[in-house]
This record gives sequence, C-alpha cells and structure tokens, in this order.
Amino acid sequence: MNIALLLEMAADAAGDRVGLVCDGKRWTYGELIGAARGAAELIADSKAEFVALLDESSEASVIAMFGAALAGVPYCPLNYRLADADLGALLGRIAPALVVGDGERVEKLAGGQGHTVYPRGEFTLAALEAVANPDAVYDAGEGIAIQLFTSGTTAAPKAAILQHSNLVSYILGTVEFGAADEAEAALVSVPPYHIAGIAAIASSIYAQRRIVMLPAFAPDGWLKLVDAEKVTGAFVVPTMLSRIIHAMDKGVHADISSLRSIAYGGGKMPLELIHRALDLFPETGFTNAYGLTETSSTVALLGPDEHRAAHRSDDPRVRARLASVGIPLPTIELEIRDEEGRVLGPNQPGEIYVRGDQVSGQYRERSALDAEGWFPTRDAGYLDEDGYLFLSGRADDVIVRGGENISPGEIEDVVLTHPAIADAAAVAVPSVEWGEAVGLALVVRGGFDHPAEDEIRDLIRSRLRSSRVPETVRFFAALPYNEMGKLLRREVKVMLAG
Amino acid sequence: MKPGSRIKSNACDTEVVIIKYTAGTIQCGGADMSEAGGGGADLSADFAGGSIMGKRYVDEAGTIELLCVKPGKGTLALDGAALVLKEAKPLPASD
Repeated sequence: MNIALLLEMAADAAGDRVGLVCDGKRWTYGELIGAARGAAELIADSKAEFVALLDESSEASVIAMFGAALAGVPYCPLNYRLADADLGALLGRIAPALVVGDGERVEKLAGGQGHTVYPRGEFTLAALEAVANPDAVYDAGEGIAIQLFTSGTTAAPKAAILQHSNLVSYILGTVEFGAADEAEAALVSVPPYHIAGIAAIASSIYAQRRIVMLPAFAPDGWLKLVDAEKVTGAFVVPTMLSRIIHAMDKGVHADISSLRSIAYGGGKMPLELIHRALDLFPETGFTNAYGLTETSSTVALLGPDEHRAAHRSDDPRVRARLASVGIPLPTIELEIRDEEGRVLGPNQPGEIYVRGDQVSGQYRERSALDAEGWFPTRDAGYLDEDGYLFLSGRADDVIVRGGENISPGEIEDVVLTHPAIADAAAVAVPSVEWGEAVGLALVVRGGFDHPAEDEIRDLIRSRLRSSRVPETVRFFAALPYNEMGKLLRREVKVMLAG
Repeated sequence: MKPGSRIKSNACDTEVVIIKYTAGTIQCGGADMSEAGGGGADLSADFAGGSIMGKRYVDEAGTIELLCVKPGKGTLALDGAALVLKEAKPLPASD
C-alpha cells in the first residue's frame, strides 16, 4: 500500500479541512493531494531516480514526499547542515535526482551529476500548475518510499531504506484514522531529514491533525507559534525542551495553555529536565518515544499517565521509570540478547532486537535483519520485571576494559549527581594495560569551581565497581553535539586524545 | 488479491485496500467485490451493516485484513462470513 493513500484518504474524508500551516499559509488536504499529484507528473517527466530535499521543512517537503510516493520514486531528504564534501558525496549516491531546495549548492557541489533542481517556491508553483492526468495510474507502493542517510555519529552515513509497507504498517498500527478533532494541531519542528519529521507528517495527516510547521527551531518562535495557532501537541528533542524552558525562565511571554501533549525522543532526556518540565507544565501529557530510522520511528512508549505516576511516586521502582522509554508497542516484538544471541531475562543488559512489519532493517547496501527477521538495533539496554525498557547507550559505545563491558551511561549518571558538573561523557581511551579504559570529559556548571579530579574518581568509586573509575579526567567548556542533540562520542575521543 | 490492491463493492460505495489476504472470496453487501466495482448488485438485507472510513476489518481466524478507504452501506465479508472491526489500542501521539 502506497503511503500517499494516507493523504488521499484524508482528502477524500475532509478535502476542505486545513491540514498544514506553514509560513502563515494554510493548505487543505485537497490542495495538498492536488499538489502531490502535480509533483508526481514533474517527477515522472524528470526521469529522476530519487526525489531529494535540500531545504528546511515547508509545504514543499510535504508535497515532495507524497509526490515522490505517487511517482514510485524514493524520497530522500538530505541534511543541509552537512559540510560541502559530505553533502556532495551523498548527492553523488542518489544521482540523478530531482532536488528541491538550495539549487546553488547543488550546482556547486554536484553540477555535473545530472540532477534536476527546483528551488522551493518554484517547485510548489510547478506542482500546483502541473495538470495531473485524471486517468493516471500511480505507483502501487510495493517498493521503497523513503531513503534516509543515518547521521553517522559513529561511522560514515548509511542509506537506510523504508518500504511503503513499513511506514504504512507503523501508521495503521498506531494511529486511528481521522481521530483528531478540528481544534487539534501538531507543531512540527524537527528537521525534514529526520525520521521523526517523516513520521510526524504521516501520522498527523492520517489522524487529520493540523500540522503547524516551524521550519527552523528557535525557542521564542516555538512558543509564539504555540500561542498563535493554539497548538495542542508537539514533538521535541530534549535539547529543544531545555531551550524552551530556558526561554520561559527568561520571560518570553506566550499563552501556551492550549498545549495538551508533548512527545519527546531522539536522544537521552536528562532526569532533572523532565522533572522540571512536569512541574512547569502540570496539565500537559508527556510521552517519551523510542525509535530508530530503521524501525519507521517509534517502537516503545512511556505515556502521560506513567510520567505523572513516576513523577509523584515515592516508590523508587516507579520513580525510576521516568528514565525508561516505556513499554514496547503491541504491534512489534522486542527482545534483549547477549553477544552470543541468547535471549536475556529481566534486568539483564544486552542488545535490543526488534521485529515487526514496521521494522525495515534494510540499507541500500545490505540487510541487517537476521534469518528470523529480527533487527539488531545496536542500542544497549534492558527490560525491567514489569516490561519497561531502559536504554544504556549505543552498543558501539560500550567501553571494553580488560574484557569487562562498561556502559558509559552508568558512569555519566553518577558523575552528573555532583552539583558542580553540568555535562559528562565517558568514552573509551586506549590503555596499554587494559586495551581500553574509561576517559571522562566534563563540563563545570556556571558559578562552580572545578572539582579536583580525585574528588570525581572518589565519587565514582563510592558508587560503582573500581573498573569504572576513569583513567583520564579532563574538563572542557562544552561537549560536542549534533543539531539533534546527539552527543558526538567520536569527537569526545579526539578531544581526550589531544 | 495482492496486498496493496484496491477493490470495490458491487452493491454499494464501499472501497477497500487489501492489507492481508490468504484465500477466499471477498464480498460486500452480499455481492463479490471486484477491481472495477459498480456492478449494480442489490444490497442484501443480511449484509447491510455498513463500512466505516479508515477502519480495518478482519476475520476471526486472522487470515484477511482490509482497510476501508471509501465507506458504504454494505457489510464486508469473506466467503459469506461477516468481517469484524479490528480493535486497536489507542496510543498517545508519539511524533
């Protein structure tokens, strides 16, 4: 089934209803499907093998995504923040493409690759003006809908692919068609090249929840848009939430009483921040979503009631759930396995494996699925005795000290309890004696003195096994993150080596 | 009857997309469904419960799943046995 059917259904059921608000312009579902059908003509005429987006979110990204689907060409939004050399290499991997967005940059980096380029406004206009053949037969949706290059925080970007069937399974399994009332509006501020941005468009359209697009996230703009459009729900990454709260603390005025729900994911949420947010937004339902590009977004959820229960509980076991990513979706299977592939029981840490119709696990070059269709996420974690999933970092980030596996998270959590420490990253550093040992990069909180290195070591020794005590402790002004708030551990290693 | 294909009722306006199919004849309103639809069959009084836009329909054994993409007056059925609504547990919006 083609993902464009999600938009066709919304247009059939409520063609005159506003489905998208972007830069002050309102688009009905009828207008969006009309433009997507026009875009499909442009795409077919171009003979492009991919439809790429090199731009922020806008109506053009929605039209391009569904237009590509109708034309049966994979949609590949690119990270416009990449350095020229990296972006040029990715453009080379998808040539010839119809590229929507920054034409000058495509010309400069990939001028000879045979791309067809439409700047944003020209693409939207051309899609609206193209006359769709009323007898057009659109793609059946048996192939690839989306190709996303992974962020490459640990290695070179991989081309993850999602079949139409993966994304459709995810939407049908988690979203009730037309369930949103007319007042509901979802503020989308994640970049278009992130799986959360793709999933937000698909699920909001299928629920008939109006999408309010914020093309470039800024906390003031976010708060003002919530106020102006009476936004009822939003998805944020933890860094965004932190910056929103900071802006409110600084006195940015906005009426955000319409905001009934906030979902977050895409990176680790600091406990202190989520407690603060629960206090600051007492009427808002918070949902923590865990998912990957390769799984068509969410595979586990911690819902609003569980957030409130954990927030006010005195029971340490219930309270600890605020640090979990909740319960796996009923539509997927999830297991924790050890290095030999054996399934582990409750509270035993290992690698997270998932299986289900929404799970692609495919890359352009190879499939990562095992013979039984399970996808090894490379995320480390465990399930507690009640089935709550806890993450402990990327399996590739595990520090192997003399054969003992150490997850960076356990050390970072302890160090962050020190009042003078604002941020911490534990990574492997080379050790002649152990092969690898623990290196710790720290950021001191404003207004505090540097704690002595030994004070930090003593703190860790008092709470964890002696193998966790860092060999190297260094202080930095800040740690390196990408724009989605993901810690760049590769760079931390370089900083500690320098 | 491939997954992803769209079939239409010959007794009412209902259209469905096949999500899962194993075997048997898919019917609506008491008449067999087809790709062309619009066959002008009479709506059977025994199969006039209606179909609802955006709902998924399954049989008891789980051999078939249909997504209603256009509603109508007929009841969806497999080999004469009415299909039932697939109940989904509502989840909070996560993206």
